[in-house]
Amino acid sequence: MSAIISIKNLSKTYEGGFQALKDINLDINKGEIIALLGPNGAGKTTLISSICGIVTPTEGSITIDGFDIEKDYREARAMIGLVPQELTIETFETVNNVLEFSRGLFGKKKDPAHIEKVLKSLSLWDKKDDRLMTLSGGMKRRVLIGKALAHEPEILFLDEPTAGVDVELRKEMWETIRELKESGVTVILTTHYIDEAEKMADRIGVINQGQIILVDEKKALIQKMGEKNLMLHLCEKLAEIPASLSNYNLQLNDDGMQLRYSYDVQQEDTGITGLLEGIEAANINYRDLETKQSSLEEIFVKLVQKQ
Amino acid sequence: MNYRAIEAIYKYEMARTWRTLAQSIVSPVLSTSLYFVVFGSAIGSRMSDIDGISYSAFLVPGLMMLSLLTQSVSNASFGIYFPRFIGTIFELLSAPVSTLEIVLGYVGAAASKSLIVGCIILLTASFFVDMQIMHPFLMLFFLLLTALTFSMLGFIIGIWADNFEKLQVVPLLIITPLTFLGGSFYSINMLPEFWQTVTLFNPVVYLISGFRWSFYEISDVDLWVSLGMTGLFLLICLVGIYWIFKTGYRLKN
Repeated sequence: MSAIISIKNLSKTYEGGFQALKDINLDINKGEIIALLGPNGAGKTTLISSICGIVTPTEGSITIDGFDIEKDYREARAMIGLVPQELTIETFETVNNVLEFSRGLFGKKKDPAHIEKVLKSLSLWDKKDDRLMTLSGGMKRRVLIGKALAHEPEILFLDEPTAGVDVELRKEMWETIRELKESGVTVILTTHYIDEAEKMADRIGVINQGQIILVDEKKALIQKMGEKNLMLHLCEKLAEIPASLSNYNLQLNDDGMQLRYSYDVQQEDTGITGLLEGIEAANINYRDLETKQSSLEEIFVKLVQKQ
Repeated sequence: MNYRAIEAIYKYEMARTWRTLAQSIVSPVLSTSLYFVVFGSAIGSRMSDIDGISYSAFLVPGLMMLSLLTQSVSNASFGIYFPRFIGTIFELLSAPVSTLEIVLGYVGAAASKSLIVGCIILLTASFFVDMQIMHPFLMLFFLLLTALTFSMLGFIIGIWADNFEKLQVVPLLIITPLTFLGGSFYSINMLPEFWQTVTLFNPVVYLISGFRWSFYEISDVDLWVSLGMTGLFLLICLVGIYWIFKTGYRLKN
């Protein structure tokens, strides 16, 4: 897959001396959904703002489909739509007017049919003549998405798009993002919600303290970084783990009714057979067993804690 | 050139004017009409002519300038400060628009609004005062030049201000006193010699003087000096705006 955004050695130090980005290198492929995960203050918004021209990088270069964001800013920016984190809209204007303004700002000629399509896809068509101040928070969030889509961008940045949005609306937005991807739009998503990244993204990038710790395919990341747990639900309470099982990475829960065995799925010998034989030999009876793959959230916490 | 962006900004800004018609147009026209009634008709009838012009007629160019300057500055400063204040400035900074296009959109709209106000005031004045415009094209030229220059100054103030108080400080504490003391209501020849010299450091004197010349062919300073000073002020504002966008002052981190 070809890279539509190419970031090379990008650093950003703010006036006060705070280094928000440290030597970022990242290629974003055409047509993919990439989720950037990271704790508050990790540098996600600074990275997006640098690509979109809102923040001036201290070092490094960014190209959009081969266009340098500084030298060829017109071509580069024309391809981008940005949905910011904050609900920044002019409350006295109508929905239709703010979308038309955005389209004009990006140099596109009026196209009421496209605006209608965007508003309908965001369930805002019946609100087109309403002032933004009369809309709910979720609707305002959708207006921001509509503004970003008004000029038919090839790349869409969504900075925490579902922050403060109820579950139902979040699902609707996920659906919209999926449709955009199907239409060929490259989506870059920053989020706090790991499940959002897990459900939506093709690739995941983890940012912490201004550095990209890791970028990988979502499935590969879960496989590589994830460990699996085998849970044994015991028939009787166990006071302590028998010495004969001390070689295994076992944990007994507080009430003594569950044993947890963590293992690496990548290993050829996971040790499960030997463990189960050892448990039988130690006369420990269990009524049920289950295995659980670690979630993206657990991987994320582990990665950030490692730093 | 991204003409559609200029058009979009211009129309968006003008839409605000129509939306807030009372504040944008009715209010300045009403306050200027009150000046004409009080200073022109009531007090003016008891004042002697200035350089052969009745006081109420003498007032017209000064009051137009007073309104033009304050309106241009406040329209343009609010126009760019508002998106900064509510955060929608991100869209402008991330759009494929150049500095020139942004300035043309905002300054063009602010200047248009103050020109509309100026013309309405002139029309209103014609109901109160018997007056003539000896050089209408020069009058329009001065009107346009002043509206553009002070709209640019307003744009700079809108970028510089980081709160609403600062947004009001320059128009209220600098522009209005300079206009009042710049010969809106009197000829600077009526001042003692020392204050005449001091007044010449007030740039507004040159604007009002030149503008008044286009009406009655009377002025406090030479017409060409007025034109030169207005042009110089325009140039200073242009350099200021260029510097703001070059450095990203108060716009970009």
